[in-house]
Formats: sequence, C-alpha cells, structure tokens
Amino acid sequence: MTAPGVTERLTGFVRALRAQGIPAGPSETVDAAAALEVLGFDDRELVREGLAAALVRRDGQRAVFDAAFDLYFPAGVGVPELAREDRPRDLEQLRDALGAALAEGDQQTLAQLAGLAVDMLGQYGAGSGPGGGFSAHQTLDRLQPQTLITRVLAAMRAGSGAETEEAFTDRLTRDEIRRRVEGFRGQVRTEARRRAAEVRGRERVAKHAIAPAADRVDFLIASRAQLAELRRTVQPLSRKLATRLAARRKRTTRGQIDLRRTLRRSLTTGGVPLRPAYRHRRPGRPEIVLLCDLSGSVAGFANFTMLLVQALRDQFSKIRVFAFVDSTDEVTHLVTTGTADPEHLGARILSEAAVVRWDGHSDYGGALGQFADRWLDAVGPRTSVLVLGDARTNGGDPNLDALRAVRDRARHVFWLNPERRALWSTGDSAALAYAELVEMHECRTVQQLSTLVTRLLPV
Amino acid sequence: MGTGFFSSVDDVSAKLAEAGYLASTAVATTVFLADRLGKPLLVEGPAGVGKTELAKAVAAVSGSRLVRLQCYEGIDEARALYEWNHAKQLLRITAGREETWEDARTDIFGEEFLLRRPLLTAISGTEPTVLLIDETDKADMEVEGLLLEVLGDFQVTVPELGTITATREPFVVLTSNATRELSEALRRRCLFLHIGFPDEELEREIVRLKVPGINAALADSVVRVIAALRAMDLRKLPSVAETIDWARTLLELGSGTLDEQVVRESLGVVLKHQDDIVKAGAGLKLDQVLDAS
Repeated sequence: MTAPGVTERLTGFVRALRAQGIPAGPSETVDAAAALEVLGFDDRELVREGLAAALVRRDGQRAVFDAAFDLYFPAGVGVPELAREDRPRDLEQLRDALGAALAEGDQQTLAQLAGLAVDMLGQYGAGSGPGGGFSAHQTLDRLQPQTLITRVLAAMRAGSGAETEEAFTDRLTRDEIRRRVEGFRGQVRTEARRRAAEVRGRERVAKHAIAPAADRVDFLIASRAQLAELRRTVQPLSRKLATRLAARRKRTTRGQIDLRRTLRRSLTTGGVPLRPAYRHRRPGRPEIVLLCDLSGSVAGFANFTMLLVQALRDQFSKIRVFAFVDSTDEVTHLVTTGTADPEHLGARILSEAAVVRWDGHSDYGGALGQFADRWLDAVGPRTSVLVLGDARTNGGDPNLDALRAVRDRARHVFWLNPERRALWSTGDSAALAYAELVEMHECRTVQQLSTLVTRLLPV
Repeated sequence: MGTGFFSSVDDVSAKLAEAGYLASTAVATTVFLADRLGKPLLVEGPAGVGKTELAKAVAAVSGSRLVRLQCYEGIDEARALYEWNHAKQLLRITAGREETWEDARTDIFGEEFLLRRPLLTAISGTEPTVLLIDETDKADMEVEGLLLEVLGDFQVTVPELGTITATREPFVVLTSNATRELSEALRRRCLFLHIGFPDEELEREIVRLKVPGINAALADSVVRVIAALRAMDLRKLPSVAETIDWARTLLELGSGTLDEQVVRESLGVVLKHQDDIVKAGAGLKLDQVLDAS
C-alpha cells in the first residue's frame, strides 16, 4: 500500500486537476496510485510521466497537468541550492550566470537559476508572511532575460569559432536562444507558483495560477498566443464536430416503417414480413448564415467561429458569412477561399470588405438594418442564422425590427455572445433586448462553442 | 496481472534501444506501466513519430509475436474478432450426407471451422503476444464497443463455443492519429501516451542510429533546421520520419554540410505542401544571400 501522506497528496492533486477541467475519476486515481507503487518516488520525471499516463486523457490537457504537478509534487522546498560554488549575489551576477547557462543550454542550471531569480527578485509584500508572495511577473520584469539574447548570441558565435565561415545553421541560433529564453520564463513561472504555494497553500494557488486548457480560455481575454493556439485546434475540433453531426444524421435517418416496401419485400418470404423496410428521410443539410461582429474586442471570437464554420464546410449545403463593424458586407468569398492563411483572415476582411465606415465602433442597429435591407434573401426557411457578437451597441439604436425581420424568415436564429451572462445588458449592451427576440447563448470558450454548434445546428 | 516483459523503466529503455527504438522518458515509463499494470496503452500523436514502431519494438525485444489489427472505416466483428468458415462448413456437410443433422451440427461449429481474426488470435494464444490495434480512430464507433469488451476482461464469447478467456494476457497497443475523438469509455480503459516530437538531443541520437554513416555535424544541422521548421506555423510539421528521410537524402546527395542551395533543393523531402515550402523558405531566409553579419 502507498503511504497515507501520498494518498492525500494524490487525491488533492486529482481534485486540482478536476477543478482545471481534466475529468479524472476514481478509476483513474486508482490507476495513478498503482503507477506510483510500481514506479516508486526515486525519479521525479518518472513519477510525472507515470501519473500523466494514468490521469491525462488527451494531448491538450498536458500543459495543465504539468503546471499542477509542479505544485503538488515540487522539486524541492525553499530556495534551490546551486551546486556550484559561485552562487550569484546580485542582479548583474545573476544575469551573467543566466547568460552562460543559456549559451550552453544547460537545463539543470537554468532550472536552479529560475528558482534563485524568483527568490532574489520576485518577493513582494511583508517578507514571506501571509500578505506577501512571489511574483513571476516581477521577477522577469527585473531580470529582463530577453535582453540577454544578443549577448548569448555573441558568446555562442565566438565559442563555435564560426567567424571564418558563416554556416547556414548559424542563422537559426537566434531563434534557438529565443526559445531557450521562453523556456526559462516558463521555469520562472513554475518556481514562482511553487514558492507561492509554500506561503499561501497549494489549493489556492492551484485554483488561480494555473492557466486553463486551451478549450476553456475565455475568448475575450485570450492573449494573442492563446488565440493562435486556439486556431491550431480548429482542424481537430471540426473533425470531432463533423463526426458527431454525421453520427446524429445517421441515427435520425432510421425513420418509420415503409409499409409498401415491407410488403414487397415479404413476397420473397411467402408473404411473411421478416425484414421490415424503413422509410429513409433524405438527409437535408442545413444552410447557415453567419453574421459576425469584427470589432476589436470580440474579433478573436468571431474569427475563431468563422474558421470553425469554414472547417465544417461540408456539413452544410450552403454557407454565407457576413461581417460588420459599423457597416455590413458579405465576406463569404474571403472565408471560403482563404484557406492558405487563416491567421490573417480577420485582417483581410477588415482591409478588403466594407465593414468599417466611420470610427470602427460596432453599430449593431445599423449593421442589422443593412443586412435586413440588402441581404434578406440570403435567409430562407431552411437557414439557420448565427449572430456572433457581444451586442454592445455603443449607445446606438439596437434596431430590433431588423432582427425581427430576419427571425421571421429564418428557420432558427441563434445569438452567440462571448460575454458572461451576468454582464448582459450592463452599460451599452443591448443583449437582453435581443435575447427576447432570439435565443441567446453565452459562448465564452471553445468548449461551450463546440457544445453549442452540435446542439443548435439542425441535422 | 501484466505481461512481465520488463523489470524496470531503465530496462525498457535499454531493451528498446537494442531493437533500434530510442525511447523518451515518457515512452519508457508508460510502456513499463502498461507492462506491469496489464492495461492497454493508447498512443496518440502526429503521423511519423513512431507509434506503430513502438509496438513492433516491444514485440521484438520481448520475443513476442505481433498480432496486428489494422482499423479502417467499415471494419466489423467478422474482420476483427472471428467468423465461421462457411465454405468449409458446406464442404463438411456435403461430405457427410449419410449422417444425422445432430451429428453434423455439433461438428461444423467446432474449432476447426473457426476463422480467428486478430483479436481472437491475440487472446487465445498461449505464447507471449503484442496486440497492435493500429489507427483505432479510423474504425467506427461499434468497433470501439467491441474493443471495450475484449480489452476489459481479455475474453471473447463465441455463442457456439462458449467464452474464450485469455490464458496469457497480451501487451496491447492502440494507436490513433486523433482524426476522430475516441470514446471516454475506451480512453478510461487505457493508459494514455502522447508521443510528440522528440527533443533535439534525442532526435540527434535517432538520426545517428537510423542513418549510419552520417557525420555528427550534419546530423546536428539537420536536427536544428527541423526544430526551426517546427517552430513555424506550418500546415504539416515535419516529424521524425521526415527528419530521417531528409538525413538519408542529404547523405545520398553527398553533402557534408547544409547551405541554402542544398536546403532549398531538398526541402520537398521534409515539407509536403507547397505553401509550407514557400513559408519555410521565407522563414529560413533562403533568399537572402549571406549579408546578415
């Protein structure tokens, strides 16, 4: 049996994982305990991989797992001891040591320096009392590891003696160093979390300091890097949704008994209807119209949704995409042809389509009105309309009549709002007024979006 | 419980290396756990990182026979588990015209007329076995249900013969490229391993092992360029298989070092989309002649 302390540590760890959206159940926990028993505790990396094998279920969960693992199974306690004699005393020495370690790519030293840096530069508040803590942001702000890149580059060039002949791969060196620095920043964040957990308790730190898995990142507060990461998930996500939609379509085609064909078939068995024939409905694929707000704050969300619909193209018989900021324009041709470079889709729409006329603030009333005036024939009885946006009209008239006109022609109209429900109709948001006309859903994360897409779209 | 092929994680690494498979810590640990806990191992990851190779290597080092079930759309029970050899049954019936139906019936549903497909083969054998269920994501949902039953208890029920339980549990590896989401139930039965791209050190070793005769400097350059390519936002990132192909190509071309010319001409070995090649060319600054310092 495993020691009682270990059991508690493990269950706490599993609880933290669940809170971060990794649904590890009791059977997984049992597996994890069995793994620990087989592997022992001698090698931390083995423990990490063993637990991951038992608790992680898919690739996207690994980053969350690693962050939580570093909290619950820390490499050590307190300040890491540098094995070397010359422990850096001040910021300059620390930067020198860091530069040398980066040039060599020495992971172990880098990890120790990260710990040291957090200890020297990251402390804030009253020492390590209850009010204080350790901040990765502060550490990195004072240390400025990115300014070392040039220095490290020079050191590496000098070291390799590449001055005589410029080798092709030397061009890559700068990027390599940049990746190493990025890795070091990650180590600093890990260290700061670990030290903070020592002061303030693991559970609290786990709850706030671990970045959520990509599909749970809020669209509105996602950073550029996170949005890029999200875009990479579009393809796998669309495949997943497509199979789900196809499976549903398959199930629903099993319709009523077709009496005529059953009788005809029964002639071969002497009039006994052994095998009933079913009437198959011809699978009608839905038409879809997207109406997307592309103004600054919600552009990331609309952009992602457009990419998703584009990837799901063959699930619909017809797709038309309209974008607006303060003026509406059809962008279907941009969305359906621009497969080569999805990341610039938003920029292309803004530059090539007439979506901004005045000041670049979204004008829902005007945009809906224009849509109803010029493109109402895009909406028919087989069409599902998805409106994407936060319904913040910037004080303008929401133009409910236009939305009503669209609703009356369409089969369904759904509004996906990337703001949390509690914020609807606060400030300049007309969300609740629109929500009275059409179904409005909170859609803040990829997870919510994928559930909504499969649930809402008629098959 | 378990197959008992390995004695420790280091043992896994050492043995797999002998078979020409260099395993990362993650791979070695998970294989060892699968071996000890007797759980199937679900391996996911991009194409060409050695998921299928892993199963083959485990079979090779443990002296097991490798039973492979290649999944595809529309694969069914008859292809995965067993079916009756109808032709042979008919022949048997025609041959014994004189006998009663009772005799014939007990006869034609015997072991002799059973065609064992991979799953049943893997379970009913007595020798050590590695069962590879390749590209599980290609199979339909129904097959997953079948796998649940088979992998959960390592037993199969043939109505006419009764339940066949494994006397010796196979070491099971399932691979998936994640083209379809596998069911939660199946995932829960398995240990999960994601094989991603190896770190540079491991990849260098792999290149040197798989492409004998390559010099260390060239191997190093190749791995560095590949790492740079993977950091770019390409449609299809090069995987280990491509690294090895490229290293082989360069060796064939007789180039001792990498320069623009060589890279530009052979980039097609590594990248499989034209727009990726264009993008990589720009990213690696292939068009700028050595003007930057």
